[in-house]
Amino acid sequence: MAGNRFDMGDIDIAWCPGCGNFSILEALKGALEELDIDPARLVLVSGIGQAAKTPHYLRANVFNGLHGRALPPATAVRAANPGLVVVAESGDGDMYGEGGNHFLHAIRRNPDLTNIVHNNMVYGLTKGQASPTSRPGFTTPVQVDGVGDEPFNPLAVAIALNASFVARAFSGDGEQMKEILKEAIRHRGYSLVDVFQPCVSFNKVNTYQWFRQNTRPLGKEHDRGNRMEALRRAMEKDPYPLGIFYVREGGACFEDRLPPYEKDDTPLHLREVDRDKLEALVRTKRET
Amino acid sequence: MKKRKDFAIVLCGEAGQGIQTVEQILTRILKQSGYHIFGTKEYMSRVRGGSNSTLIRVSSEPVDAPVDRIDLLLPLDGKAMEHLGERVGKNTIVIGDGDVVRPAERRGNFHPVPLGALANEVGGALYGNTIAAGLVAGLFDIAAGDLDAFMGRFFAGTGDAVVERNRLAAAKGLQAARELVRAGKVRVDVKKNPGVAGDVLVNGAEAVGIGTLAGGCDFLSAYPMSPSTAVMVFLARHARDFGIVVEQAEDEIAAVNMALGAWYAGARALVSTSGGGFALMEEGVSLAGMLESPLVVHLAQRPGPATGLPTRTEQGDLNLVLYAGHGAFRRCVYAPGTLEEAVLLACRAFNTADRYQVPVFLLTDQYFMDSYWNVPGLPLDEARAVRHTVRTDRDYRRYAFTGDGISPRGIPGLGEGLVVADSDEHDEEGHITEDLALRVRMVDKRLSRGRELEREALPPVRYGHEDGDVLVLGWGSTFPALRESLGLVGSRRISGLHFPQVHPLPPGTAETLRRAKAIIVVEGNATGQFADLVEKETKVPVTERILKYNGLPFTVEELAERIGKAAGKEE
Repeated sequence: MAGNRFDMGDIDIAWCPGCGNFSILEALKGALEELDIDPARLVLVSGIGQAAKTPHYLRANVFNGLHGRALPPATAVRAANPGLVVVAESGDGDMYGEGGNHFLHAIRRNPDLTNIVHNNMVYGLTKGQASPTSRPGFTTPVQVDGVGDEPFNPLAVAIALNASFVARAFSGDGEQMKEILKEAIRHRGYSLVDVFQPCVSFNKVNTYQWFRQNTRPLGKEHDRGNRMEALRRAMEKDPYPLGIFYVREGGACFEDRLPPYEKDDTPLHLREVDRDKLEALVRTKRET
Repeated sequence: MKKRKDFAIVLCGEAGQGIQTVEQILTRILKQSGYHIFGTKEYMSRVRGGSNSTLIRVSSEPVDAPVDRIDLLLPLDGKAMEHLGERVGKNTIVIGDGDVVRPAERRGNFHPVPLGALANEVGGALYGNTIAAGLVAGLFDIAAGDLDAFMGRFFAGTGDAVVERNRLAAAKGLQAARELVRAGKVRVDVKKNPGVAGDVLVNGAEAVGIGTLAGGCDFLSAYPMSPSTAVMVFLARHARDFGIVVEQAEDEIAAVNMALGAWYAGARALVSTSGGGFALMEEGVSLAGMLESPLVVHLAQRPGPATGLPTRTEQGDLNLVLYAGHGAFRRCVYAPGTLEEAVLLACRAFNTADRYQVPVFLLTDQYFMDSYWNVPGLPLDEARAVRHTVRTDRDYRRYAFTGDGISPRGIPGLGEGLVVADSDEHDEEGHITEDLALRVRMVDKRLSRGRELEREALPPVRYGHEDGDVLVLGWGSTFPALRESLGLVGSRRISGLHFPQVHPLPPGTAETLRRAKAIIVVEGNATGQFADLVEKETKVPVTERILKYNGLPFTVEELAERIGKAAGKEE
């Protein structure tokens, strides 16, 4: 991708050869370039894991925080400076396991950010344990008798919470992924893009071929404004639908509801303490 | 009857009887009338029932500490006498309803006033608290018209009927008091000072809130937890006027991670919590250490472990904040003892955090949060926000090595550079590294700012006798009670040292301690956490530890007795 402003050049990338993360990185860079976003106004926030290393591999401002904790700082970045474009990106274990509570409440807040979740149904960086999205029967060195828990369904949960943009992509289809990411980033409000992604080292079940065979497009007839229909489609599996499930336009974002931005969007760091109001406040404590 | 220029009043009753309202009314109207006042409360962790009490000191001189002594008690329920136990002495004037305080329970100088019947005349038991407020006001030199006007203002907005009934209730209380005074049963001789009327009246929580505003706090993420919630409520109330983002997070983990994201994007963020909530924030403290991010944590202490005593006080979380977070990095811990210090230190916490890119803790406690007193003014002129962020250029490196170990802190969107902050060990740009030689340089860089933090540490405040050879050390909220108690002890051998900053200890502390014959450390926890810290840092042994951990603050008399005894051993 010659001339992409987000390219880092010749850098050492920690992912395994053939990892699904590579095409997600390329799709993201492509989407950002096509949307003409200035890298200096872009903040990538991530947690910990192989997916969470993504921000280190493109030119942007980066907040690579703790495992499971991408969404709280990402929300706060938007709240501190609504002029920034924010993408929170991590894996399924990070976002749906360790960070599950933040996932629920970030959706409820509806900050204007894009949440990309690399979903490979396994823990890669810790070498192959079950993730919240692992399918029943999936065996690992820890889940020796196979996973028994019901898999977490991020799309259905997000739609149930009335998330404002909910989509699923597959890392094996770069073009579709890029187009979904562009729509997600353009969307005002919280956008979830769950990306099916094979882990070539620790998931020998859910491979490129498996995902190809077990996914299909939502279809042109799908009405993305119909929440109940979106929820019904989000419950489907074998095959799993891909595409944009649900879009809710026009709702207020988290930032819109914050008192500092009632009059203008000046970032907090460009504001000064109103000393007159402070003096006046202390005066009221003399009069009480 | 003994005359007192300093009168200690206690109101005691159940949660839900409106004792807090009485406290608010009395502290305000007494101050407005020219009396120095101090108010504090102890209460159970329940919304209704139990036994709660409020202490109000009314004085001709400034007062800022709790006493055991009760000069006047208003028991508002049948459990009050038992709840207060030996604090009710033979000189205590007790004014209560004869139907509520049964003859067998009566102690002190009991004067029956039919509070229940008076409340019924007004409109029901609901008005009992306002009658009590009027009764106390009536013992002091407060004109009936002034009380009436005050009640009108105080209850404004609650509906005409409610306002009228409360005015009537206060008037009935005042009249009952005047009758007691006329009959010579009660006599109060506290002089007024007209200047006091214009004093500032705030509690510890408000002082912390005002300090954070002065320090440029524009972001608070917190999860409600007693006794820290008052600061959250204060900032929420003023969020619109001062342009503050106030977000109730889903948990404390989210709160601290939000605060770090906010600092990263240029805000000045605060988290406010108590020990149990802070335990969840530890990973965020460690993250601040690695990101070299500023962070301000207000921790209002209460007794632990675990849920402990949710509405009581303790100074038990010093070790928690000193050692919270894995890995090696610097931090700073402030502990205000006065309202003025709370303003200055809350503001300073933001400036120190910003300048040195470290977590800064403001340690308070339930007692301090909930206690009110009047002060001539708050030091706003000295409490000013100083920012330490830079505009970045194209080659900006967030963790650039500099002479003093502090890399200029850029923020995204301000300048042309990219700001890369990473929880992994990282290179100067901020990207992940496993270059182990670089790792060592980065650790050293993060630690090197400790020297400057120590050089800038606030010196202890000396009080009592100027150069006694017995030193009494305290920190945080114990200061006013210690100061008053040394006055009672009256020994020329004893000097007090109050530490508004407990970590790092100010330079010269070891030399000061080495010159003393005996060192007594006073603190509200079970083991002497500050005493341990002082011994560890100065290598000077502490002679005696005066500790308290029953959930209540130290009182003046208690400290005078225990310090007197401890100092006596050194004679």
